[in-house]
Amino acid sequence: MQDFRGAHFAAQKTGGTMSFDRREFLKATAAGLAAAGGGALTGCTATKHAAHVVVIGGGFGGATAARYLRLGSAGGIDVTLIERQPGFVSFPMSNLVIGGAKKLEDISRGYDGLRAHGVRVIHGNAVAIDPVGRGVRLADGSALGYDRLVVAPGIDFMWETVPGLTAEAAGPVLHAWQAGAQTTALRKQIEAMADGGVFAICIPRTPYRCLAAPYERACLVAHYCKTHKPRAKVLILDANDDVQAQRGLFMSAWSELYPNLVEYRPNHPISSVDVASKTVRFEFGDAVKADVLNVVPSQRAGAIARQAGLVTAGNRWCGIDWRTMESLAHPGIHVVGSATLAAPMMPKSAHMSNQHAKIAAAAIVAPLLGRVPSPEPITIAHAGYSYFDDRNAAHMMSVHAYDAKLAAYRLVPESSGVSARRGEAEGKHAWAWAQNLWADTLA
Amino acid sequence: MKMRWSGLAFTVGALTLSAGALAAPPTAAMLVNACAGCHGVNGGSAGPSMPSLANQSKEAIVVAMKKFKSGERPSTVMGKLAKGYSDADYAAMGELLSKQKLHATTQTLDAAKVAKGKSLEEANCSRCHMEGGKEGKEDSPVMASQWLPYLSIQMNQYLDGTRKMPEKMAEKVKPMSKTDLDALMHFYASVK
Ligand code: HEC
Ligand code: HEC
Repeated sequence: MQDFRGAHFAAQKTGGTMSFDRREFLKATAAGLAAAGGGALTGCTATKHAAHVVVIGGGFGGATAARYLRLGSAGGIDVTLIERQPGFVSFPMSNLVIGGAKKLEDISRGYDGLRAHGVRVIHGNAVAIDPVGRGVRLADGSALGYDRLVVAPGIDFMWETVPGLTAEAAGPVLHAWQAGAQTTALRKQIEAMADGGVFAICIPRTPYRCLAAPYERACLVAHYCKTHKPRAKVLILDANDDVQAQRGLFMSAWSELYPNLVEYRPNHPISSVDVASKTVRFEFGDAVKADVLNVVPSQRAGAIARQAGLVTAGNRWCGIDWRTMESLAHPGIHVVGSATLAAPMMPKSAHMSNQHAKIAAAAIVAPLLGRVPSPEPITIAHAGYSYFDDRNAAHMMSVHAYDAKLAAYRLVPESSGVSARRGEAEGKHAWAWAQNLWADTLA
Repeated sequence: MKMRWSGLAFTVGALTLSAGALAAPPTAAMLVNACAGCHGVNGGSAGPSMPSLANQSKEAIVVAMKKFKSGERPSTVMGKLAKGYSDADYAAMGELLSKQKLHATTQTLDAAKVAKGKSLEEANCSRCHMEGGKEGKEDSPVMASQWLPYLSIQMNQYLDGTRKMPEKMAEKVKPMSKTDLDALMHFYASVK
């Protein structure tokens, strides 16, 4: 008994080319589908084909998974990565672009590194998954079969939590919580703001992706305003009751570096947003009218995860088996990155997504190498850095070890903490960390 | 909408995760992969303030991790991180890293300083940092091709007393001028 994937790999391999030709591939897939539907296809036996893993999403989680699947199997697994965007833009360091210290090119990378490892990169939009028949359908109608699927869709926004805002009708009210066009657009708005203008950032209740990033963004916008628009105001409107990460470090930066510029207001959950007048209303307290209004809505797992029934927790996140990152809802599908239901004290961050991907890749590759995944998956190290101006940064560090009783990762408390103080040395480490993390994800 | 795939037949056995065979402990490679986000691909750092670990001596790595853990050696992140791993982990990671290929860096260095450093290293440092820094005696670190900014941070920590210098190394380093030590760092960074 054969399947259409067999047909396409056979076709591709006899074609004698390693490079992936999308047209060929789609033709082969269509032919394969027809053949499979029509009955037997002769010529190749199932066991001769390399296993095929499809990865949905080319962010930190998905790209790292694709890379480690190829490396870990010494090229023995065929890997296809589906990514909507033409290139990779890093969310870490994107606040430096918003603050004007870096350009979008500085934080953008391509997928050629993955291609060089033999990953087929398809720029398309995965719109449906069939977990039983093991296939993925793309928006353009094409289809891919898989032996294992890695779903790394990142986050989507819960627009219903910000009445008045929708993805389509946000107008000038940006989130810039996914790096790319919105990063540049927000930078332009800040540049165009008059001296004396108000920049307001609204932070959702936890959990959201990158806990420290809203506070870092406020610092970097304030750093820009300090020299270019000294009469401006940076308002932080936080739905939470306190600063959610690196609290002491941010508090001291605001009072020492930006005393008359930054104002922090906790307990400000949004009740509505008026796009036309750039006004936000809150469940309590006064409405705020801003010149640049930056609203970060609450978040949940990316659309494809919900569509495929992978969301198991609170209508938001995907539950997984931490030993393998395999979905609790559907066997054969691994979910990595911010879309997962986090283990206790586990942040949703770039470095964490990168580490999730290695757990998944190791588990997927193991049976190929005649191994069973370890009952104790590896201890993972995680870091994040925040800038307080264009040069001074501080880290948050944590180590997470698997706990069999908990059946999840738990924080190793002695290994976790933040810098005592911001500093230039750590500003250099922060940029070095980004270079290495990008390389480990894409090189 | 019903999709039709026929992947099932193909899938049999190929990538099943069910238990049955012997479970293996995590490999050294998996342990070291967890460091790559900061120390780079194959132990070669892409950021000049973070050290490359490829081709570092196993002993130097084990000693460094122990000193980070105890707090004897100053650090930003490594003191915390080292507490999450055991001595056995250090040994496994050190073993693997020591076998990785030296990461030859391309950095802007001052040729005059490199030459000056070269003239000083044999008499002062080569007893422990051997072969132009390509090898280390006992726990003396390999320094060849290491990033200059990283090396300079370390030398400054020795000089200001925050990192404790081995006595025999101090005998050589203490009498030297800052200019000479800077030249030595340029030299080691240049060795490929
Ligand atoms: C968050 C980033 C980060 C991670 C993750 C990380 N390191 Fe480090 N490492 C550093 C930095 C920065 C230094 C310099 C000392 C410091 O400031 O902590 C360093 C220094 C070292 C040194 C000293 C090198 C020398 O030449 O003396 C060793 C050894 C080391 N790390 C090993 C590891 C190992 C092994 C892992 C993985 C288990 C790891 N590191 C993970 C950032 C990191
Ligand atoms: C007697 C042996 C010895 C001599 C001589 C010696 N060193 Fe060292 N060196 C060591 C040891 C051992 C360490 C690691 C010590 C520690 O744990 O801090 C070290 C560490 C270093 C480091 C830090 C490297 C890293 O990766 O963190 C630098 C830089 C260095 N030495 C430079 C020099 C220079 C320059 C000289 C010559 C002027 C010199 N050393 C002479 C034994 C020596």
